[in-house]
Amino acid sequence: METWSLISVCVFLGLTTRWAVSFNSYSGAGKPPMFGDYEAQRHWQEVTVNLPVHEWYFNTTDNDLNYWGLDYPPLTAYHSLLCAHVAKLIDPTWVELYASRGHESPSHKLFMRATVFIADLVIYIPAVLLYCFYLRDGSAKRRVAVALCILLYPGLILIDYGHFQYNSVSLGLALWAVVGLGLGQDLLGSVAFSLALNYKQMELYHSLPFFCYLLGKCVKQGLTGRGLFLLLKLSVTVLLTFALCWLPFLSDPGQVLQVLCRVFPVGRGLFEDKVANTWCSLNVLIKIRTILPSQIQLLCSFVLTLLAALPSSVKLLAKPTLWQLKLALVNSSLAFFLFSYHVHEKSILLPALPVCLLINDLPLMSIWFLLVSNFSMLPLFMKDGLLMPYVVTTLGFLFFSVYLLSALERTTVAELRLESYQRLTHACLPTLNLCSVVKWKFFLSLVGMAALSLASMLLDPPAALPDLFPVLISVFSFLHFLGLFVYFNLVQLTEPSGRKNQKKAN
Amino acid sequence: MAAPVTNEWKWFSALALGVSLLKCLLINAYHSTDFEVHRNWLALTHSLPLSKWYFEDTSEWTLDYPPFFAWFEFGLSHLAACFDSEMLAVQNLNYASPATVLFQRLSVIVTDVVFIYAVKECCRGVWDEKRKDLLEQPSFILATLLLWNFGLLIVDHIHFQYNGLLFGILLLSIARHFQGRHLEGAFLFSILLNLKHIYLYITPAYGIFLLRCFCFTCSNADRSVQWRSFSVLRFTVLGLIVLSTFALSFGPFIALGQLPQVFSRLFPFKRGLCHAYWAPNIWALYNVADKALTVLGVKLKLLDITKIPKASMTGGLVQESQHSVLPSVTPLATLICTLLSILPALVHMWFRPNGARGFLRCLVMCALGSFIFGWHVHEKAILMAILPYSLLAVEQKEDAGIFFILTTTGHYSLFPLLFTAQELPVKILLMLSFTVFSFTSLKQLFRKGGRLLSTSEAVYLLGLVPLGLVCECVYPLTTWQKSFPFIPLLVTSVYCALGVIYAFIRLYILLFTFTDCGTEAKMKSQ
Repeated sequence: METWSLISVCVFLGLTTRWAVSFNSYSGAGKPPMFGDYEAQRHWQEVTVNLPVHEWYFNTTDNDLNYWGLDYPPLTAYHSLLCAHVAKLIDPTWVELYASRGHESPSHKLFMRATVFIADLVIYIPAVLLYCFYLRDGSAKRRVAVALCILLYPGLILIDYGHFQYNSVSLGLALWAVVGLGLGQDLLGSVAFSLALNYKQMELYHSLPFFCYLLGKCVKQGLTGRGLFLLLKLSVTVLLTFALCWLPFLSDPGQVLQVLCRVFPVGRGLFEDKVANTWCSLNVLIKIRTILPSQIQLLCSFVLTLLAALPSSVKLLAKPTLWQLKLALVNSSLAFFLFSYHVHEKSILLPALPVCLLINDLPLMSIWFLLVSNFSMLPLFMKDGLLMPYVVTTLGFLFFSVYLLSALERTTVAELRLESYQRLTHACLPTLNLCSVVKWKFFLSLVGMAALSLASMLLDPPAALPDLFPVLISVFSFLHFLGLFVYFNLVQLTEPSGRKNQKKAN
Repeated sequence: MAAPVTNEWKWFSALALGVSLLKCLLINAYHSTDFEVHRNWLALTHSLPLSKWYFEDTSEWTLDYPPFFAWFEFGLSHLAACFDSEMLAVQNLNYASPATVLFQRLSVIVTDVVFIYAVKECCRGVWDEKRKDLLEQPSFILATLLLWNFGLLIVDHIHFQYNGLLFGILLLSIARHFQGRHLEGAFLFSILLNLKHIYLYITPAYGIFLLRCFCFTCSNADRSVQWRSFSVLRFTVLGLIVLSTFALSFGPFIALGQLPQVFSRLFPFKRGLCHAYWAPNIWALYNVADKALTVLGVKLKLLDITKIPKASMTGGLVQESQHSVLPSVTPLATLICTLLSILPALVHMWFRPNGARGFLRCLVMCALGSFIFGWHVHEKAILMAILPYSLLAVEQKEDAGIFFILTTTGHYSLFPLLFTAQELPVKILLMLSFTVFSFTSLKQLFRKGGRLLSTSEAVYLLGLVPLGLVCECVYPLTTWQKSFPFIPLLVTSVYCALGVIYAFIRLYILLFTFTDCGTEAKMKSQ
């Protein structure tokens, strides 16, 4: 079969899965007075289309910030405005000021789902295809398999098409940036990443690697000659992109400050709900939030995050290659997820994106990470009534990624990039078979996830511990994330300097 | 072939698992009134004694399938009680709690195991060649064409029916004939007939084939029948199998003296020539011709408007219709047309039998002939031709071309079945993926034999794209949608009817001109 038809069949399958997931419920469906993220997005459309720009981020008589006030950067607001204009054409009652609060109807759901679908189709999916077909070597079939696996990653599908958010936009833009840098189009890449950052502030998780990669490249070209010129070009591009995005707010410094205050709500606490990061897991043992004053908490998390992200960033700075960039993206975003302030469980999608890009290089580990990341959001999916699509898409992803990428066969020490680690263990445990240990851990972890999933679906928690299963899930996932954080760092830092950035494909 | 079976069939499990997961994702999709039909049957078989099954009429969806299907529902109803016993009350019309939906959907998905097994058996039966690339292996292509069949997916898992189970039994029966296990094949088919009587349409092919190729044990050198080789034993065993199946099915009702009532439910000839939405067959063209002649006649003052009977063929209800200019069609006329249309194929099979492949070809022609000329045909019946024909399509280039035309038009004609906006993307995406896959894989499979489609055929099929855009996306936005909602349906069925009838004619031409040397040579080399 020709490659084009294989690709199109894969894309059609990915799209079908997405749309089929969207038949299910969304966050806060039929739950007044606050509803959920679905209502938040609808409310933003209502606010942006009815109020002048300078009132969007301010608490005014017409804009109650306590009811899903806008707390994403301007690009999200513009996107909402665009959707709102379309909504107004179809049915003005969907975005009527005040009157439309909590509006729910099948046709409106269809409209909202369609906006996600279109954004995905325009931004995320082309980026995935470009990545798979321009930056990867290997047979056409393998590339198609990689594209299919990335498109079928259940976490993103369930959050965007089930829970309801537009992560495919910000992640898609970040992916465009990776593609841009990979193809040598540094300006295009930095524009794309600036846009991503202006769509969702969480993209900051990815910002260090991009910064270090570009800076490293400039340094390599010589900071006195061409490198300086490149640096200037890049800074101007980034500044211009930012200025363009913030144009309506630039007239008044108060506006800018208010937007920043809304976008970075430091007052919202170290963590919320159950997140599989350090703070929430540590909370099981020590109640940090009550012991430490909030200023110290903020400082603590800031310092730890930087420290955790530092090694990979320094390595990338010294060696700005695409392979290093992908690994650094994983390590930096994971460091942010594990240690930074006020992390949401959905933020695991940020490390998941670069891990998707590694799925052909480190199949078993990447699949493992992606499965755990999806599993860590299970309490959220259960709250939203997405159990059935969760089970189905997860099983589908597990089976197809392992089968198509032959993940269980490609597990030699070299393929796992554990040579240096083996040298270390070889000294004390010469008989240890590292590959089978990894495989066994993978199977055990699968069993653990299945058991915890089943338990939280079927069993009632004991009355004394109502949060038992969410806590178990988050601690279980946290341990995995921590272990994989160490692993990905190890792979990045121990890469010998002479190695080519792209491995031979099998 | 005896090489590691587990590895060899890994791709098969991947295909089967993938499509099963997709089916699970469609659980919350729209379901038609057929969902309520089957819920009602669950309820009535569960809560009423056998003697009342075919008399119960609380719901308008009375039991109109043969007894084995009623027993199947009876069996299911015991599991249903574990999910939600409320659905088993006959009075609970239109009951569709989440548990009910889940149970009914899962029952379809799980019974599809029969279909999956049958497909596997069929894949073993086709003439397979080992190719380096799995994607070019005939058995892989066949498995995908069957398991991921677009029509079956939307009819069973969105619209809601149990065709997977039924076609599974049909394909299994065909596979048994391919394997030379004719008695088993006949037994399976008689069970199938007692599950759903629509398969009566292909009974002639079974009857002639079993008589000619099973009861007569030898042929002369020129393939004509050797009258002396008739085996009474085989004939008796065959008869016993068929009769005992029917006795088991209808016996209780004969004992109760209810046979006329059962038959009146099974064959409701009160229904009209065409279904509410016209299936793409000859009668769709006939209706349109009649309309056109009426309009023309009125324009030319040849007809008196007051004398034209009020035709309500497109009103959306199932009604008997009268034609204004052309003679009205009676059930008997359609029956004669159907028989005439399949007679040449049957005669050909009698005089020039070609084993199981010839039988399969004849079966497809029976299914297609009755689809084109039958009384009150549903658009879904096209699957009866498409699914078995997939087996032949991967063996021979000419068949592949015809198959592609038939499936594309037949599948497209299923579009009006799902009219909700929510399902629009799914039906388009699934149709596109199936069509792209079938075209490119068949093209690749027969790349040595020249082009699959002629230019005019390609243009005709590409015409479906603008047709789909106008009918599905543009027309519903115009004001005509209110006053003439049937126009897109009419255009769709007429356009597709041309393709289906063309495929039927091509099949006949192929039957009489092609000598089957290609397949014969292949079979000998096997």
